[in-house]
Amino acid sequence: MSLFGKLTLDAIPFHEPILMVTMAVVVIAAALIATLVTKYNKWGVLWHDWITSIDHKRLGVMYIILALIMLFRGFSDAIMMRAQLALATSGAPGYLPPEHYDQIFTAHGVIMIIFMAMPFMIGLMNIILPLQIGARDVAFPFLNNLSFWLTAGGAILINISLFCGEFARTGWVAYPPLSEMSFSPGVGVDYYIWALQISGIGTLLTAVNFLVTVFKMRAPGMRLMQMPIFTWTCTWANILIAASFPILTAVLTMLTLDRYLDFHFFTNEAGGNAMMYINLFWAWGHPEVYILILPAFGIFSEVISTFTGKRLFGYKSMVYASGAISILGFIVWLHHFFTMGSSANVNAFFGVMTMVIAVPTGVKLFNWLFTIYRGRLRFTVPVLWTLGFMVTFTVGGMTGVLLAIPGADYVLHNSLFLIAHFHNTIIGGAVFGYLAGFAFWFPKAMGFKLHEGWGRASFWCWLVGFFVAFMPLYVLGFLGMTRRLNHSNNPDWNIWLYIAFVGAVIIMFGIVFQVVQLFVSFKNREALKDTTGDPWNGHTLEWSTSSPPQYYNFATIPHVHDIDTWTDMKEKGQAYQQKSSYAPIHMPKNTSAGVMMSACFTTFCFAMIWHIWWLAIVGVIAGAAVFFKRCYTSDIDYYVQPEEILEIESAHNASATTFNQGKEFSA
Amino acid sequence: MSSIPTDMNIINHDAHAHEHHDTGGDTVFGFWLYLMTDCLLFASFFATYAVLYMNTAGGVSGKDIFELDFVALETAALLLSSITFGFAMIFARAQKKAATLAWLAATFALGAVFISMEIYEFNHLITHGNGPQQSAFLSAFFSLVGLHGLHVTAGLIWMATMMIEISRRGLKSATVTRLSCLSLFWHFLDVVWICVFTVVYLMGVM
Repeated sequence: MSLFGKLTLDAIPFHEPILMVTMAVVVIAAALIATLVTKYNKWGVLWHDWITSIDHKRLGVMYIILALIMLFRGFSDAIMMRAQLALATSGAPGYLPPEHYDQIFTAHGVIMIIFMAMPFMIGLMNIILPLQIGARDVAFPFLNNLSFWLTAGGAILINISLFCGEFARTGWVAYPPLSEMSFSPGVGVDYYIWALQISGIGTLLTAVNFLVTVFKMRAPGMRLMQMPIFTWTCTWANILIAASFPILTAVLTMLTLDRYLDFHFFTNEAGGNAMMYINLFWAWGHPEVYILILPAFGIFSEVISTFTGKRLFGYKSMVYASGAISILGFIVWLHHFFTMGSSANVNAFFGVMTMVIAVPTGVKLFNWLFTIYRGRLRFTVPVLWTLGFMVTFTVGGMTGVLLAIPGADYVLHNSLFLIAHFHNTIIGGAVFGYLAGFAFWFPKAMGFKLHEGWGRASFWCWLVGFFVAFMPLYVLGFLGMTRRLNHSNNPDWNIWLYIAFVGAVIIMFGIVFQVVQLFVSFKNREALKDTTGDPWNGHTLEWSTSSPPQYYNFATIPHVHDIDTWTDMKEKGQAYQQKSSYAPIHMPKNTSAGVMMSACFTTFCFAMIWHIWWLAIVGVIAGAAVFFKRCYTSDIDYYVQPEEILEIESAHNASATTFNQGKEFSA
Repeated sequence: MSSIPTDMNIINHDAHAHEHHDTGGDTVFGFWLYLMTDCLLFASFFATYAVLYMNTAGGVSGKDIFELDFVALETAALLLSSITFGFAMIFARAQKKAATLAWLAATFALGAVFISMEIYEFNHLITHGNGPQQSAFLSAFFSLVGLHGLHVTAGLIWMATMMIEISRRGLKSATVTRLSCLSLFWHFLDVVWICVFTVVYLMGVM
């Protein structure tokens, strides 16, 4: 073995023009950003205020930045695939050779689920959840920073694979025996394993952290059944993470042992059983989709109740429905492989359980409709996303019930009908939800609102683009086209493939308009400024803080008497009350331990991928050393002094009161 | 704070700097949650073992390789170490440094006996041509038992660190919190081992 294991200069794909151009663009962009940071002398700010920050709001913003960057990457993969399939009809080869195309669809799936949707969800949860329950931070702020950097480490690994070696060609599920050493001898599957493993551990730590936060750090008076609905749905999602991610860790470990040490969990030889992988994978994978969708349901609930100016209809049934979905989510995994050939009774059980999930989901839809009923709905951008979701997700839910019938599934399994179905629920449900939450909470996180016009334009492109891109896939599924095809030779399919490509282009405009929206809003940030901290006349505690909230969140922890605490406080005239003195606030200090540990463990993963054993050992030992050093550092906290709090709070209350008086005069 | 079970509460009495933010009770609760996730990790390996234990690929089965006398001794060492850790915790809460250290040393020794016996067993199997590469059964066996062994090893390293910490800094509240977490971890590994002993060894030779 050489010093660099399997890593040689051949690992860099010089012969792939697409990759080399991408690499050049990434390098130029990185250089540009570095130059700008240097020019404005912001390296210190970047390091002290962001990278080492343990403030949940800043970590949330960083999660969302990560998610947006990964959205670009994942969408580039998507439009490349649609372009390939639109070109490679009637026997034409298209422009992407199969070995490249296979990496693209694998990367697309992994990135969109693990590195786009998850960070987006966790980012929104980070920013909002502690504010909603009246907490000053999460239970373990340092761990929160570490979680983020572990997730980022996974994302970095997966992007390194683009320019160094290759990515898995197995599909995002990496089923063995294809993903075993005998059929995938390259480093692609190893990139997959270690990127998922490191980010999965980050996610698991996040769930533990937020569960402790929710159970131990609620504001005085707030009972569990008084938590805001978004907090509740996030809590269910965190329970699901805590219960399902260990299974992913386990199954990836087994695959690792198979690949590295010649074990026989899932191999064809020596009694291995590939179906065990598939069962375990989906025992994680199915709860995972509910982890993505439940917080989105919470966002829609907040948006609808805020913009109708009404209390959420059926709060309790919402909480119980989320719980029912969470529990049922654990007993449906086998519907991902009805064709495995379990007995009819087993298939029937999982089919029925799957259909039963439509019931609590239906309860939620009716709750939203009844909240709107006789309300005065303001058609803001978050509301548009919500209405778009209600229509789109219902279609996706119904095709899901179709697929839940084992007999029908034998025809539709792994066809484009399935692809259309899960994009219908994930884009129409989770992504629309996160984008609604993005527009809704943006002023809270950044201090200014997003431009409405560009937001609307983006929404309509996404909505129309979605239907144009994915409805043809339902048809193609019925016409017999299976997933993961590199090229086709059936004239009946051509027109639908062309339409789907047009849809992807329309979605691209949706994404472009979002970028424009961010740019325009930033330029007009003075005009769009949120001076009150409560731009939408909100119901819950996050709107009682300034925008962006102070680093300590609440100068005095509020006492909670109602689900809609902030509405309650406003009605009782307790809002924006200035105190003459404040008690000192105990806060944790920023630390570089999280980013250092993640750097060490990411190095370890990279070394494992390329079999550079000495570097792997160095990575682990260094990571452990940073951890021990952090454990035995006692200088980790400080007190914010009352004078400073008084100054900050007076400024906020003055600006909020002035604004509200102005509003009364003009009314 | 009042909602924390009383045995965890004892560590929060002095107004240490951690009071508002990362209180001992929250830490222990968080660690307990982590243990539940760890429990699911083991559950996945148990499930896999249950599916694969008959897939011996013509090689040895549990009946051929398990020596119950040996494993019973190993088990006794680990179970005893749980009792000794219990004594260490009692003395730690009573702020008795020397006694705490002594009982921790006893626990460490018993844990080391357990892990040495496991290494001996693994080595014995591998040198006789029954390594994890031979069959799916052996892969599952080595992984499940080895995963537990890795946890015990990590526990031993942690215990050594704690002993250094206690001897240098005494039994401050943060230290006792850490020791409580390690205690939970150690007892948890005991419970898991009882399952391993039953499912793998006892049912294996039946």
